[in-house]
Amino acid sequence: MTSSEPQPEFARGTSLWMDAWHRLRQNKVAVGSGIFLILMLLLCFVAAWFMADPNIQNLDNKFSSSSGAHWLGTDQMGRDLLSRILYGGQLSLVVGLTATAVAFCIGILYGAVSGYTGGRIDATMMRLVDVLYAIPFLVLIILLQQLFDAKAGEASAWIIEKLNIEKQTTQKTIRRISNVVPLLVAISALGWLTLARITRAQVLSMKQQEFTQAARSLGLSPMRILLRHIIPNTLGPSIVYVTLTVPGFIMYEATLSFLGLGIKAPNSSWGVLIKDGANFMETQPMLLILPGLFFTSTLFAFNFLGDGLRDALDPKAAKD
Amino acid sequence: MLRFIFQRLLQGLLVLFVLLTISFFLISALPGDAFVKEKKMSEEALQEQRARFGLDRPVPLQYAMYLKRLIVNQDLGISPKKNREVSYILKQSFPPSVILGLNALFIACVIGIPLGVFSAVKKNTWFDYFSMGFAMIGICVAAFIVGPLLQTFIAMKVPALKVAGWETPLDILLPALTLGLAPAAYLARLTRGGMLEILNQDYVRTAYAKGLPFLTIIRRHTLRGGLLPTVAFLGPAFAGLISGSFVVETIFQVPGMGRHFINGTVDRDIFLLLGCVLYYGFLIVILNLVSDIIQALMNPRLRDSL
Amino acid sequence: MRVLLVLSLALGCAFLVSCDDQTTADKAVEKGILIFGNSSEPQGLDPQLVSGVLESNIIRALFEGLCVEHPSENGTALPGAAKSWEHNDDFTVWTFHLGEDRTWSDGNPVTTLDFLFSYERMLTPKLAAEYAEMLYYIKGAEDFHKAKTTDFNEVGVKALDDFTLEITLRGSLPFLPEITKHYTWYPVPRHVILRENEGDIADPDSGWTMPGKLISNGPFTLKSWRINDHIEVERNPHYWDAAQVKLNGIRFLPVNNTYTESRMFFDGLMHVTYTLPPELIPYANENYPDEVRSELYLGTKFIRCNVTREVLKDVRVRKALALALDRESLINNVLRGGQQPTYGMVPPFGNYKTPRSVEFDKEKARQLLVEAGYDGTTKKFPVLKLLTTDRDVAKRLAEAYQGMWAQNLGISVEIEQKEWTSYLVAQTNLDYDLADAGWIGDYLDPTTFLDMWIEGGGNNRTGWFDKDFEKLLKDSEHVPDAGERLKVLQSAEEILMSEIPAIPIYWYTTNYIIDKRVKGWSPLLLNNHPFKFISLETNTE
Repeated sequence: MTSSEPQPEFARGTSLWMDAWHRLRQNKVAVGSGIFLILMLLLCFVAAWFMADPNIQNLDNKFSSSSGAHWLGTDQMGRDLLSRILYGGQLSLVVGLTATAVAFCIGILYGAVSGYTGGRIDATMMRLVDVLYAIPFLVLIILLQQLFDAKAGEASAWIIEKLNIEKQTTQKTIRRISNVVPLLVAISALGWLTLARITRAQVLSMKQQEFTQAARSLGLSPMRILLRHIIPNTLGPSIVYVTLTVPGFIMYEATLSFLGLGIKAPNSSWGVLIKDGANFMETQPMLLILPGLFFTSTLFAFNFLGDGLRDALDPKAAKD
Repeated sequence: MLRFIFQRLLQGLLVLFVLLTISFFLISALPGDAFVKEKKMSEEALQEQRARFGLDRPVPLQYAMYLKRLIVNQDLGISPKKNREVSYILKQSFPPSVILGLNALFIACVIGIPLGVFSAVKKNTWFDYFSMGFAMIGICVAAFIVGPLLQTFIAMKVPALKVAGWETPLDILLPALTLGLAPAAYLARLTRGGMLEILNQDYVRTAYAKGLPFLTIIRRHTLRGGLLPTVAFLGPAFAGLISGSFVVETIFQVPGMGRHFINGTVDRDIFLLLGCVLYYGFLIVILNLVSDIIQALMNPRLRDSL
Repeated sequence: MRVLLVLSLALGCAFLVSCDDQTTADKAVEKGILIFGNSSEPQGLDPQLVSGVLESNIIRALFEGLCVEHPSENGTALPGAAKSWEHNDDFTVWTFHLGEDRTWSDGNPVTTLDFLFSYERMLTPKLAAEYAEMLYYIKGAEDFHKAKTTDFNEVGVKALDDFTLEITLRGSLPFLPEITKHYTWYPVPRHVILRENEGDIADPDSGWTMPGKLISNGPFTLKSWRINDHIEVERNPHYWDAAQVKLNGIRFLPVNNTYTESRMFFDGLMHVTYTLPPELIPYANENYPDEVRSELYLGTKFIRCNVTREVLKDVRVRKALALALDRESLINNVLRGGQQPTYGMVPPFGNYKTPRSVEFDKEKARQLLVEAGYDGTTKKFPVLKLLTTDRDVAKRLAEAYQGMWAQNLGISVEIEQKEWTSYLVAQTNLDYDLADAGWIGDYLDPTTFLDMWIEGGGNNRTGWFDKDFEKLLKDSEHVPDAGERLKVLQSAEEILMSEIPAIPIYWYTTNYIIDKRVKGWSPLLLNNHPFKFISLETNTE
């Protein structure tokens, strides 16, 4: 077979993903946001290691303003605010991103399958979503907390033992992160419902469109049609929605932490820092403003990156 | 269409039944019950009180009794914590939640949808970035921050606005704004996304090419399709809004349902909580149905699904 | 277009209303209505079926016991439903003379029949009154409540005639008038309850407490009640001492969110707040220096130790934990409400001298831990869990304890926050290591802080008990001399504190803000201000 044999043109066409990547690179705001996010990740996950212990308190030095020892001052317990923000960022980002990723996968698949199959299966699946919407969430949280509380500690002890980790700080990090697992389960368990509804609505309208009919008449399997043709086309609104759930989940974590699910005091997260800071709004506004700045700037970046992705994934956009 | 609605309503009954069953057993599995107090009651008093509400029986039997009372007598039971009819409590708390929710929804739509439409039209301009930034702030800054901020910097400064309370129509403004801000942001983002999908469709391009006036294109050709995801979101969001929000209700001292949802859980007030769950489930069923119908009416391709 | 119209209308209204610069509080002062922050929605208004402080605030306005609180002196009883009273030499038999002019708000007289009915109702097992133990001072009350006797005549309350009530106690009780101020001892309207509940004395249906139905004998009657919104009481024209009552009404607001409550005060929506959160104390001190109050309150904050846990079985460990906490620093830096650092369990008041048992001493704390075998080499101190609630202040306190133990003892303690009921259940089931807790006294006597630590006591929740301690408590009931009796109780507390099943931290204060126009409001240890002596003055000069 010679290399000069002409390939049919349609098979050669650049893939959706390649196109998207190409278009994304052209979007300055999205690229800037991406870089910012990488920097923030580095700051939280790498720079934080060189910071002071975020939990060392010095009650006599509470609410101190910016100084050489504490760049952003100290909080209500005299702890270094910058290091609390950075360590908090680790947890918040882990929670926000993981929970969103899980919700994204479940929501899209569930909605797409439900919308595409239609009929009885669709009805059953969507009514199940209705049920889950109305389940009293707090009840579920308390039960999960009962169930997981001891387990999370045991699990982290097991990991530390198996991996033979001796460094204190690494041990602490493992404990901190593993405490978040029950929280992730709780959030992911119910976080996908609206996404499923949105995806289903999109799929229903795609199902009747010409390209789907064409794919069907080619005899492609439903799974293939769904995964290769329909879902990529529904991603736009879903991505938009998902960029919104990241901040939602991060803030939610703050609420749940107070119920003993999720991070344990004295560890911090952005949500907890903001929630605690809000109490000192009248007298120590910096405790609210500083973590708030980190939080919002990161989310702006997510948002613009999400927009860029949406535009890039839009199959109708010009291939320039 | 009628057949579709009828079918969905039948399914709705099933949804409520399943919901009630799951909730009942989940709530029963919680540690403690309504009679756990900081100052512990004597064992005898505990037994007596549990027996009074039938809460000393095995859980499946409790469930059967509850179901029987609900179906035969349409009775939601008596709140063991508040010693009053659940229906009385809900009747008092429902109107404020609905009023607050409707106003919040109104605010959300008035801010969110136009913002989304125009951001989409003026995509990647300063207007777009600015309004999407605003929307983002609406989401980032959760109600437990917005509420106190509005209280401190608006209510305490403007004499006519009160920090909290629920007496005059003006008292609705701040809580509704707080409650409506997040959905406004979601609406703006979703509408923008949905509109962008549609603006690129061939028939819209054709309309442009025909030289139709810009607003006409938006109104006649794009809104219907562009608002699809928005409407899918609105169903449950609306149910969420009018079943009350714990945070906004406690911050602004609104005597609504949202507080019963949370306090009922914390107090293990099983019958009150089940009453709330039933109400909320009912709202979800109805509003998701309405949202599905509207989606179908808006998009000719979906009509078959009716 | 329509939107614009609505908006402009709303703004117009806002403008119109804003021309009127009187705040809600100002208007209420003119009307003589006190607006009172009351924390939460009450569980009910039946004095025999509730058990909380916030309920007691409303019930105190509606009902009146044999004796009432003095507006400014602790431990002084003024005539209430009883116009006078006397006792025998050893304080075991008391005779109360009811005033003939005392009536219910429907005009019916308050008689001994009402009191007998009330105490019988309270003690009837089927009613399941949460706080029936408060009547156990009466001879035979406990047996009747536990259904060992069914004849109420065996209980030590007797009507000598319509207006003379004789109470026989199980021991000497020099402070019985103090106890009768507690709502569990209030009369309830016999004629109304029997009518509403069809003659069933033990029917817990509290339909009779609904607005329009509630008949009471106190300075006020119930006017309106809206769940989670307000309860309003108005002047009772039939009240015997109506001339003394200055207020026309009181509006109780169940404001859960303490920050909202304080902001409502700042915005002129309230006259008295229930509390002032620590974060707002500096702000309030600066802006409302004359309105901020910080007063001693009869309550103790402590950390329960689960003595059934292996580590905490050792009294030296418990003591080390207690000595390692710097209470002064905690109060000055975290709480900032002028609380008193403890040195014992019972707050000092009246003639009771609390024995000095624990104070901050980190050297000694470390030494004790070494003595207990935890010298950092041979035996490793396990990670203990500190159980606490989901409230903001609770979290900060726990963080402070944690930090102090880490810095002063080098041990690590994990914080476990739980929502309220789970938190209570974990304590009752002894499913915790250390638990942040507290206790508010019901009446002015050390026993209200000591009785709870007996074996199997429902509020003990530590697994600790001591026979000598319990014997001293029993003995104290048979010492007729008030001074001697307190000495016996002191030695009981010494035993308790040497064993330290609960680590006392601080004695409570109530921190709140009160409008300058509220008069007749003086600090009271039980914070149970009698509303009949309170007035609102339009002129602050």
